Amino acid sequence: MDINLSINGKLHAVQVQEDMPLLWVIRDIIGLTGTKFGCGVSQCGACSVLIDGKLTKSCGIPVSDAIEKDIFTIEGNSENLEFLRQAWTDGNVPQCGYCQSGQLIAATSLLDLIEKPTDKDIDEAMSANICRCGTYTRIKKGIHTAVKLKNETK
Amino acid sequence: MSTIQKIDRRDFVKLFGLASGGIILGCSVAADSKDFIPSAHITGFNPNLFIHLQKNGNIILIASRSEMGQGIRTSLASAIAEELEADWQYISVEQAIGHEKYGNQNTDGSRSVRTRLEPMRKMGATAKMMLITVAAKKWNIATTACKAANHFVINTITNEQIFFGDLAADAAKLPIPKEKNIQLKKVKDFKFIGKNLKSIDLKDFTHGTATYGIDVRIPNMKFAAITRCPVTFGTVKTFNKDKAGKVAGVEAIFEMPRLLPPTGKFFGMLGGVAVIANNTWAAFQGKIALNIEWNKGVNENFDSEEFKKTLTKRVQKIGKLVPGIRGNVNTAFDASAKTIEATYHVPFLAHAPMEVPNATAWFKGDKIEVWAPVQDPQTARSELAHFFEIPIENITVNVTFLGGGFGRKSKSDFVVEAVAISKKINAPVQVVWTREDDIQNSFYHATSAQYLKGSLDRQGKVTGWLQRVGFPSIVSSFKPLSEYGSGFELNQGFTNNPYAIENFRLENVKAEANLRIGWMRSVVHIHSAFGINSFVDELAFAAQKDPVQFHLDLLGKDRIIEGKSKFPFNSKRFKNVLTTTAKTANWGEKLPKGHGLGIAVHYSFYSYIATVVEVSVLDKKVKVENIWTTIDCGLALNKDNIKNQLEGAAIFGMSLALYGKISAKEGAITQNNFYDYQMTRMKDAPKIHINIVDAMHEPPTGVGEPGVPVIAPAICNAIFNATGERVRSLPLSELGMV
Repeated sequence: MDINLSINGKLHAVQVQEDMPLLWVIRDIIGLTGTKFGCGVSQCGACSVLIDGKLTKSCGIPVSDAIEKDIFTIEGNSENLEFLRQAWTDGNVPQCGYCQSGQLIAATSLLDLIEKPTDKDIDEAMSANICRCGTYTRIKKGIHTAVKLKNETK
Repeated sequence: MSTIQKIDRRDFVKLFGLASGGIILGCSVAADSKDFIPSAHITGFNPNLFIHLQKNGNIILIASRSEMGQGIRTSLASAIAEELEADWQYISVEQAIGHEKYGNQNTDGSRSVRTRLEPMRKMGATAKMMLITVAAKKWNIATTACKAANHFVINTITNEQIFFGDLAADAAKLPIPKEKNIQLKKVKDFKFIGKNLKSIDLKDFTHGTATYGIDVRIPNMKFAAITRCPVTFGTVKTFNKDKAGKVAGVEAIFEMPRLLPPTGKFFGMLGGVAVIANNTWAAFQGKIALNIEWNKGVNENFDSEEFKKTLTKRVQKIGKLVPGIRGNVNTAFDASAKTIEATYHVPFLAHAPMEVPNATAWFKGDKIEVWAPVQDPQTARSELAHFFEIPIENITVNVTFLGGGFGRKSKSDFVVEAVAISKKINAPVQVVWTREDDIQNSFYHATSAQYLKGSLDRQGKVTGWLQRVGFPSIVSSFKPLSEYGSGFELNQGFTNNPYAIENFRLENVKAEANLRIGWMRSVVHIHSAFGINSFVDELAFAAQKDPVQFHLDLLGKDRIIEGKSKFPFNSKRFKNVLTTTAKTANWGEKLPKGHGLGIAVHYSFYSYIATVVEVSVLDKKVKVENIWTTIDCGLALNKDNIKNQLEGAAIFGMSLALYGKISAKEGAITQNNFYDYQMTRMKDAPKIHINIVDAMHEPPTGVGEPGVPVIAPAICNAIFNATGERVRSLPLSELGMV
């Protein structure tokens, strides 16, 4: 079917099966490859995107559920994501980098919801995202750093 | 040591497509001959490290090692920047294609820095000397009156300065200075080496713009998925493609033959049924809709639980004697005050890198081009030449970023698959494995059983040590029916046991392979370190001694083993990491109720490492609270990267200790995806404290792997300390402890 998708503020007209998971529409049809495939069963978070601001595993929802909604991916820009990127850079967080798109989107969602998350908030919010390289210590620190950077600019 | 050469600009352009004047230097590095390399690589002079200083001042380094998260692109660049006195802003890294010109590119064995640091530094120093020579001529002063700093050559008399880029063209006309005239910087003058450098690729990693294999897009490419037999080496009997053919987007379905590698090298491919589609999802859906009947073959009755029992039985009986016997263990056991015995088990494991195996290939008749996340692009290239009968010079293997490797991506079966499909459909294609494919058709880390028996005299000194181990060998993947551990495997912690025990005997028992076996991060060290460290802890308890002191006593007098090697084992350095870690972890202090500390120490990839773990156990559930690791890896090239690697190794080690288990029933793997092959997650992650020993005057040794093997035994020893219960069989999840 013909579907219009709004990704990072840009409209994309695509012709796809309505049950195709959003992940594959984004990656294979539209060609935005920053959102990653990791498991296909909503277990690892590599495919995380925001849909109308809500954290979503894009491998787990059909594209038809994203029609007329705002989709936000790692290629997008938001205030919290920018602070997180800076914090990820300051803390030299990534190793292979593959899961970090999803980690950054999940962290963006966390900061959108909670201005100053505690370690426990981070544990809860970020445990849906697997990092096989094991950068959790740095991700946690990175989220705290992003909060600090944001407060410093206020 | 390697010779540094100037590279002809035209050759360089041909090789890399990088046009521009300036100096291009190359040098060759020999492969680490002690390590096991499955394929033949060309010997003789092949410059395999390149730097290019352009007229605009940019320095391009060609990275001949694959980047899989270990930070090698950054580490190599820092060595050049150091000796060249470069400004970091001007340095960029290009990823090399797979080509024998780069020497051995197989990125495994934690050896990239070990083998390449010195030549990289020498190339930087050579280039600096050439730039200084040009500048000195211009100023008509002695070269000793010049110095280089921050991308400029400076006249120390007048303080005039000339930009590196402005000297590059003239420098290129100079002969290469003699190696004996090249002076390397002193440790105290380092600005990059031994500091905390950030990854050179952070911008791409944080914007989703790094291109991994799975992100490669070629105009008009197809997407493919393959269903392989659930039983290793089974083949297709019949299949029905009616239903799969009706899946929207599916364009072709055909059988893939098994490509059997010749003995001794390569990986071939398993074969199965391929589904070709216009997007990945359709290919995956088509795969599900296939109806395949298999000839399950010789492995159809394989049951890993039965195999565990078999191996456990075998290690109770005398096995094949492994060289290195000292004294007589039986006499020692008979004369002892006490003997202790224990049997340990580690299951099969899968690497599960976050980026699944995948490759994009374009078979163009007389040429092949591949884009893939491979650790060993040359073996991939040689394999393609072998199986598709195309001259090797017509095959290009482009190396993308790797979304994790851990050893899985040094086996290029997925590359062979992509090329086979491209050839058949006459179009570019990307083969993507599902996570289930990755878990169920891998090259597994070998399961193992080991039996240890030790004796103590009345003073609690260890007088005898018998260790018997059985595990399917990696060699079985290259030479079928290999049923005993090979030398390189047994030398991973087993035969090179550093303890000074008078009566010492090692045996190896038979273990057949019914799955494809391959190396995974730290390889045999995983079970060696688990068995030895667990057993030393048991002996220490039986001797009523502190485990740290007990390890120190076992090491005996300070000594250096393998004295002729570039990396001799030094028991002082081993003791140092042990005592340092114990100190940082406040070893010996009173802990809260239900908490326990455990220690493990191990020597691997020429690095010394010790870890203390603190666990808390509540209602039989284990939580890892803290991990303290100390490494002595000689010269620490990029400290922050080393910390990151060891933090990651702690998590990797936790995953295998807590959850890691691949099992097989009726020949087929029973795990599917991350819900039943679980990983450590944020909520499980402990506080991790990394300490790097200052050993800047020693040569650099491995970093990527050594952090893993110590974690599982340290956790289990901590559990014993907290509860009095011994864990001898991994993982903890099987025992209901997580």
